[in-house]
Amino acid sequence: MVELGYLLAAILFIVGLKGLTHPRSAVRGNLIGSMGMLVAVVTVLLAQEILNPGLIVAGVALGSAIGAVLALTIKMTAMPQLVGLYNGFGGIASVLVAGAVLYQVLGIGAAAAVGTTTADLQMLVATSASGLIGAVTFFGSLVAFGKLQGIVTEKPVRYRGEQIVKVLVTLVSLALAVMVVRTPDQIEYYWALAGVASLLGILLVIPIGGADMPIVVALLNSYSGLAAAATGFVLTNTVLIIAGSLVGASGIILTNIMCKAMNRSLANVLFGGVGAVQESAGGDDIYEGRVKSTSAEEVAMILKSARSVVIVPGYGMAVARAQTPVRILTEALEADDVTVNFGIHPVAGRMPGHMNVLLAEENISYDKLREMDQINPEFANTDVAIVLGANDVVNPVARESSGSPISGMPILDVDKARTVVVIKRSLSPGFAGIPNPLFAADNTLMLFGDGKKVMDDLVSAYRDA
Amino acid sequence: MDIVTILTIFVLAIFVGFEVITKVPPILHTPLMSGSNAISGITIVGALIAAGTGQGAMTRYLGFAALVFATINVVGGFLVTHRMLSKFRKREDTNG
Repeated sequence: MVELGYLLAAILFIVGLKGLTHPRSAVRGNLIGSMGMLVAVVTVLLAQEILNPGLIVAGVALGSAIGAVLALTIKMTAMPQLVGLYNGFGGIASVLVAGAVLYQVLGIGAAAAVGTTTADLQMLVATSASGLIGAVTFFGSLVAFGKLQGIVTEKPVRYRGEQIVKVLVTLVSLALAVMVVRTPDQIEYYWALAGVASLLGILLVIPIGGADMPIVVALLNSYSGLAAAATGFVLTNTVLIIAGSLVGASGIILTNIMCKAMNRSLANVLFGGVGAVQESAGGDDIYEGRVKSTSAEEVAMILKSARSVVIVPGYGMAVARAQTPVRILTEALEADDVTVNFGIHPVAGRMPGHMNVLLAEENISYDKLREMDQINPEFANTDVAIVLGANDVVNPVARESSGSPISGMPILDVDKARTVVVIKRSLSPGFAGIPNPLFAADNTLMLFGDGKKVMDDLVSAYRDA
Repeated sequence: MDIVTILTIFVLAIFVGFEVITKVPPILHTPLMSGSNAISGITIVGALIAAGTGQGAMTRYLGFAALVFATINVVGGFLVTHRMLSKFRKREDTNG
């Protein structure tokens, strides 16, 4: 009976995730997923003989209140931080559950067991895994949250002997994991494991720079699922294993997509980022005498005679909060029968899908939000490409096979458009630290300034033109 | 349940996950992450077992703390995903 309840929950999770394959069915999919969670919770409450109902009511009430307040008050622009933080909560919950079960199984003697759990090899190995993965997830996520929130520096924090330190800490945590399995009654080993794994989580994320955040957030997402699955092995609980593996798989796929979009291996992101590459020279020789600066009025004139426009947003749009004037300009252009689309690079922003969420919040129709592979063939027929706060993802150097840090990275081919307008504060390089020949191209006009202000100016200039 | 059965469930679930999630378009990657994150709050089941049936004080305390975190994860995750997804509209649906 219990297993049937769990089976129903698992089916609902899978059907719910399937709903996320299209924006039309996604809202329903999410609701179905939450139904699955309700079924799982009701099932376990009916199945277990609950000794401490007050504790459960209090815990659920407190958690629901915090969760609801966070979810309903958070600004959409702060979404990367929130998602980063939630990853961590799943991780810490796994650490605590595995610890709680360990106390129960060992602490009170032979008669006590959580459900049917006994301290066999499977349970102990899974407990170690839960503690290790969960703690790495929690503290890694806290650092990621700190970086996205601006509490911790977004720059890669690198130091001498970094790799050796990481390898040593990993080895120590693995050794402690073995000790937990060999001498489970020494519960100090479990907490030592959680402590060292926490340190490992911090060490793994702190060297990673801002632009690599989408990969880290996706990876931690995967870990939070794997930690839940490990907890499922601790309790021999099928619904935890199934739901955890679904999330683990989801996170791995996202991580993989993000890595491909940067043309980098996961190992390269984790152990030697682009940020470590020496900053190449300022690019004066590339820009010298070739960069054409323009004004909002001139761009407005060009837009007046355009028939198709593609806007390419980057993290700069999110920082400047320029999405509202972007929407207003889009509406103004469409009122004049100009086709407007958005070209969105998979790693634009600080988390997978970041730009889409910002633009969707502005009520921009989702069929205008085009993926890289869809939009790239269309640049040749585009009159104006507006690059707003993006840099490395439109750098044509990536197409060359030279030894540049971004060579081979798939990019948006904005330079194929008739006119390219780049809205940017200055000519400073992007995260990869290399100059961008696009800025000096014959068909490129630079519109310098803060993204929001420039877009506001552009909107009023377009209306006046 | 023996370990082989459990491992079988684990491996098959991963394959199902791969199949389903590969089809999610990039435009929905953020909601996918927050939604799947809410699902990883399934640890709430483990927390309920620990907090609800725990006999020792430590088990109950740890279970309670886990329950709070897991519930934040579940409730917050599904809610914020819902909020985000309700923004994804096609022009026709929004009455122009």
